[in-house]
Amino acid sequence: MFATYLRRELLGRRRQTIIIAIGMALAIALVIIVNSVAAGVKNAQAQVLQSVYGVGTDVTITKPVSAPKAGSTGAEGPRFDFGAGSGSDSGNGSRTVDSSHLSVGFGTSTMSDSALTKAEQTTGVAGASAALSLQDTSFKGTLPDFSRLRDDQPDNGQGSTQPNSGASNGGSNGGGSDGAGGSSFQVNSFSVLGIVPGGKPVGPVASTALAKGRTLASSDKGDDVAVLDASYAKSKSLSVGDSISIGGTDFKVVGTVKPTGSDSATASNVYIPLDVAQKLSSETGKLSTIYVTARSASDVDSLKTALQKTLPGYTVSTQADLASSVSGSLGSASQLVANLGTWLSVIVLAAAFLIAILFTISGVTRRTREFGTLKAIGWSNRRIVGQVAGESVVQGVLGGVAGIVIGLIGVLVVNVISPTLTGGVSRGGVGGALADGARRAFGGGGATSTGSTGGGGGFAARFGGGFGGALTGARSGAGSAAAQADLSAPVTVWIIVIAVGLAVLGGLLAGAIGGWRASRLRPAEALRSVQ
Amino acid sequence: MYTLKNVTKQYPGKGRQVTALNDVTLDIPDGQLVAIQGPTGGGKSTLLQMLGALDRPTSGTVELEGSSLGRLADRRLTGIRGKEIGFVFQGFNLIPTLTALENVETALVPLGIPAAQRRERALKALESVGLADRGDHRPAELSGGQQQRVAIARALVKEPDVLLADEPTGNLDEETRDEIMDLLEGLWRDRGLTLVIVTHDSAVARRAQRRLHIKQGKVKEVA
Repeated sequence: MFATYLRRELLGRRRQTIIIAIGMALAIALVIIVNSVAAGVKNAQAQVLQSVYGVGTDVTITKPVSAPKAGSTGAEGPRFDFGAGSGSDSGNGSRTVDSSHLSVGFGTSTMSDSALTKAEQTTGVAGASAALSLQDTSFKGTLPDFSRLRDDQPDNGQGSTQPNSGASNGGSNGGGSDGAGGSSFQVNSFSVLGIVPGGKPVGPVASTALAKGRTLASSDKGDDVAVLDASYAKSKSLSVGDSISIGGTDFKVVGTVKPTGSDSATASNVYIPLDVAQKLSSETGKLSTIYVTARSASDVDSLKTALQKTLPGYTVSTQADLASSVSGSLGSASQLVANLGTWLSVIVLAAAFLIAILFTISGVTRRTREFGTLKAIGWSNRRIVGQVAGESVVQGVLGGVAGIVIGLIGVLVVNVISPTLTGGVSRGGVGGALADGARRAFGGGGATSTGSTGGGGGFAARFGGGFGGALTGARSGAGSAAAQADLSAPVTVWIIVIAVGLAVLGGLLAGAIGGWRASRLRPAEALRSVQ
Repeated sequence: MYTLKNVTKQYPGKGRQVTALNDVTLDIPDGQLVAIQGPTGGGKSTLLQMLGALDRPTSGTVELEGSSLGRLADRRLTGIRGKEIGFVFQGFNLIPTLTALENVETALVPLGIPAAQRRERALKALESVGLADRGDHRPAELSGGQQQRVAIARALVKEPDVLLADEPTGNLDEETRDEIMDLLEGLWRDRGLTLVIVTHDSAVARRAQRRLHIKQGKVKEVA
């Protein structure tokens, strides 16, 4: 009788059934879509993080960037000083200069390698490795014949401070891009990562795969050998066996690596042995990031606390902390899902529950005589409550099933479109935010560069008495890295189980409230109220 | 069958208590056909609800076959209603979404009778009211008289001792009224029921063995 009565009621009061089911279906569909998109965004974030921080890295340790003091190299960026006799004579009195610098990337800070030892000794650490993130900036160009420049301006006493490049001083000087005494400079920069050769692949190296040649082996310690990012090597027409100038030293290219994910490039353009990197950049015994693998994935939070205690003043970030540093469209998607998506699901779900409850209550009120009659002919309260609750649960489940279908279609649409999300990560985690601020405060271009090759910076040349050219601002986006990830929304059994659970819960809630109302009807009153 | 002693029923009204039954003492023997008449609001329906174990008296006792209904737990009252008392209402009170046969079956649900047996008994009950061929019709597809027949079948399918009818012909035309009364009278006679009919209609009341008049909560025998 229960089933017959239930079926007849749902079919007989079709409009109510459909409205409740539609409300529930929309809510459930939204829950499924938001949940699976959230999972997709999380996967994409993990993918972006892995490409920058590497697979198997649970915790990264960096040193926070402090705002550099005015006048220090940190504040002014790479600096090139050329005297009147710098470079080589190009024959017509002008001089060709070619200089390159290997220095710690702007917006990154270094730490002593004793931090690595301390990290390794911390309880709960399975392994730790370190890298030194550097930036190679080169300056190449032709300086005008400086002696002629001086001769042409005899009145200028002990050296001019006028900001002219000499190009306006007649056509006899030669040099420069127009061969008339002007100057032309080429500023180039690329990222260099000093890694422990032959060590356990952690950090950014873990998400690279060998493309050609070989990777760095422990025997490469102290050698001038380099492994290049495959796409960078291609753009510079370099291949295994060629040589590349890093910080003024020629390195032999022994291999190329490509990213394991769907990214277009690996975290760095060039990989060299750590000790060589330290020596060349005059950062002996210095590191920029320590990558730690936890003994157990569930202990990451306690490991973070332990590391913070061992290394006070350092920035200790877990993958979860780093996820919040993912910016770009991926960051926006994550924010959108976290805020709008979640709230929208909660609101729609609450609205669906409310609709179900209100309709059930109004249904019970409308059926007062029916329930009064059933009580009069001997139906117990429990049987009537069960009937009302059963109807509501079935309405909820019908909505839930429809919602699952709509939700799966929605997820399918997301997966077919598969939007590409770009995620930028401030390297150095929390420190990256500081680096960002520092970049803004001190100017300089390239800070928003999405590629790790960076870009040429602002340019300012000062011509003094001895033609001391000071170049500032040749900075690249060394403090940031970017990766792309296609959004795919996975549907798990759990999402379906949760969706069905919510639908049943909504039905039960409505049924319980409706049933409670029905049980409170006293049969005499129920009959009297309608007669 | 019924013994009522000093039964008073009061309801909370607007600002004061409304006395629906005022110190009613009454005996209804087994197998009697009793008609209760009286003006609207006089207490007819309240008396019927006391007899039907739907409500408890404010004071006094209502005994059915020796058990005091006012003192029984709700669960027991539900059991008594399900087994011993049949109801027929003025507005038929059929469940609109169920078929005639299913409506009759609802009365057997509290008795825990298996579905097949339930269906068989319900069909027989419909037959006894002349509606064997209307089993799969919804109430809305039946005339008023047919709906009341279904309601009577529902009341009698569980073979109760008592049938309480509250204005059973109130919504019917004269011809149908007589048909329904013939049916009720026939069933009463055949089954040895105790039948209590509340009615406004003197033509209906005249067919009863005993007539009671109730006004302002007081019951009087009509000679």
